Amino acid sequence: MNPDIIKYKTGEKILLKGNEAFAEGTVRAGCRFFSGYPITPQNEIPEYLSWRLFEVGGTFIQAESEVSAINMIYGAAACGARALTSSSGPGISLKQEGISYIAAAELPFLYANVMRGGPGLGNIAPCQSDYFQATRGGGHGDYRIIVLAPDSAYEMGNFPKLAYDTAEKYRNPCMILADGLIGQMMEPLEFNFDFVDVEKIPTKDYVVGNCKGREMRVINTLHMSTDILEKHNWDLYRKYEKIKSEFTLFEEKYTDDADIVIVAYGTAARISMAAIMKGREQGIKIGLLRPITLWPFPEKIISQLAQKTGKVLAVEMNTGQLVEDVQMAVNGKAEVYFYGRPGGNIPTGDEILGVAKEALKMKNVEPGRINVLNKI
Amino acid sequence: MKQEIILAGFGGQGVIKAGVLLAYAAMKENKRCTHFPSYGAEMRGGTANCSVIISDSLISSPVIGEADTVIAMNEPSLIKFEPRLKKGGLLIYNSSIIASKPKRSDIELLAVPANEIAESVGSAKSANMVVVGAYIAKIKAVSPESVKSSIPIVFPGKEAFLTININAIDKGMAVVK
Repeated sequence: MNPDIIKYKTGEKILLKGNEAFAEGTVRAGCRFFSGYPITPQNEIPEYLSWRLFEVGGTFIQAESEVSAINMIYGAAACGARALTSSSGPGISLKQEGISYIAAAELPFLYANVMRGGPGLGNIAPCQSDYFQATRGGGHGDYRIIVLAPDSAYEMGNFPKLAYDTAEKYRNPCMILADGLIGQMMEPLEFNFDFVDVEKIPTKDYVVGNCKGREMRVINTLHMSTDILEKHNWDLYRKYEKIKSEFTLFEEKYTDDADIVIVAYGTAARISMAAIMKGREQGIKIGLLRPITLWPFPEKIISQLAQKTGKVLAVEMNTGQLVEDVQMAVNGKAEVYFYGRPGGNIPTGDEILGVAKEALKMKNVEPGRINVLNKI
Repeated sequence: MKQEIILAGFGGQGVIKAGVLLAYAAMKENKRCTHFPSYGAEMRGGTANCSVIISDSLISSPVIGEADTVIAMNEPSLIKFEPRLKKGGLLIYNSSIIASKPKRSDIELLAVPANEIAESVGSAKSANMVVVGAYIAKIKAVSPESVKSSIPIVFPGKEAFLTININAIDKGMAVVK
């Protein structure tokens, strides 16, 4: 590997937008193929890669559409490349057919959804509107995607390595679910992993291409035999169960003495921290559980914290999606509250502290039922 | 120390980059910082703004509710962001092209003829550096040395303008002294 392609030293402090940090992180983690189609608020990712991939001998393609972009990814992943695409809600919707194919073919690849307001064209402001789409597979069929939710430029830069390694370990697509704020915001970060030498990534024994001297391999998702497809479905199921038992990430803050626990990810978790810190100054004990993997969902820890505190508050930038997973994890054993700001509006720390106080005051609440604290 | 700054102007005035420069200088001083730009439909001649937070401790939200400082480079920015200032906050405004007077009496005002000063140092485009100079002289959120040494990194390939930019910062600082 030519050392000149290493742009930043490991541990070197740099100032980048979340989108740029993510783009550099993917190159650093070994991505050498990108295809995508522009959409705000993720445009800095393709913009950055359009010059950066050429520096490292990679390929950048601005496709004619999202459908074409995702099918190029299917081909690149089938050939064993660390492939990447990125988009925002509407573009991810268009890519779902291809993502389903890639999940069915059990090929690893990475994609990012830098969320904006929806549904439909919605707007370009930061939002968490695509949690359902991300965590329920998104496309057709019976499959799962590993979902990582960064809350900073640091995590945008460093998650690509974790994502590619995990995707390849399980032969499964992995996605980064960010939002316009995480993507557009600039803040200091450093890379915690060394620049990956792609020549040293072991060749995968299932990829196609260069088959001279060995038996032909076929990657296909059409299984006309019901028995073969049923077996494939149960094989996938077993894989998903294995991922669930082995790969769940979360961050816990101030939960030890908390009287209520906020469950929030990404931007909502960041802003909830402002509420928690201010609450602590006033003697109000709020804790935070930040899921880092949205699928698999950290249900065990949420269940434990819910039983300990008796009150759980889900904060989201939508009208209530993650809260349904929280409700399932709580399983009727604690009070479940929800506060959301959809449409691209971002809640303030004071706003969240206010609703946490309200939830703390509420009595005789039926456990397990979702109590929406917005004044609608 | 925590400073929440909104920089606003029309597209092309360099308010986003001026914000990046402040953030970069803060990072150099091992301070925490965030920079959040308005994004999407902005274009040259349209409006642009960014929120910069510089702090000694962890910054949870990069979104500014009430700002400590507003730097307004044109009239629409003054109208839009003057109400967003904290009581007692600082309003720096580009008096070269802002004809009207700020309305509030509970804030501190600093008029900077940024365009005239920028032209006097050799480039009208350095008006953004003039207000950065005025800001760091008034509120010592970052040192002039950190700002000046960050210029070549924040404006790569613009070495020819380095001296002009540094002179613009110095002249901006002189407005306060």
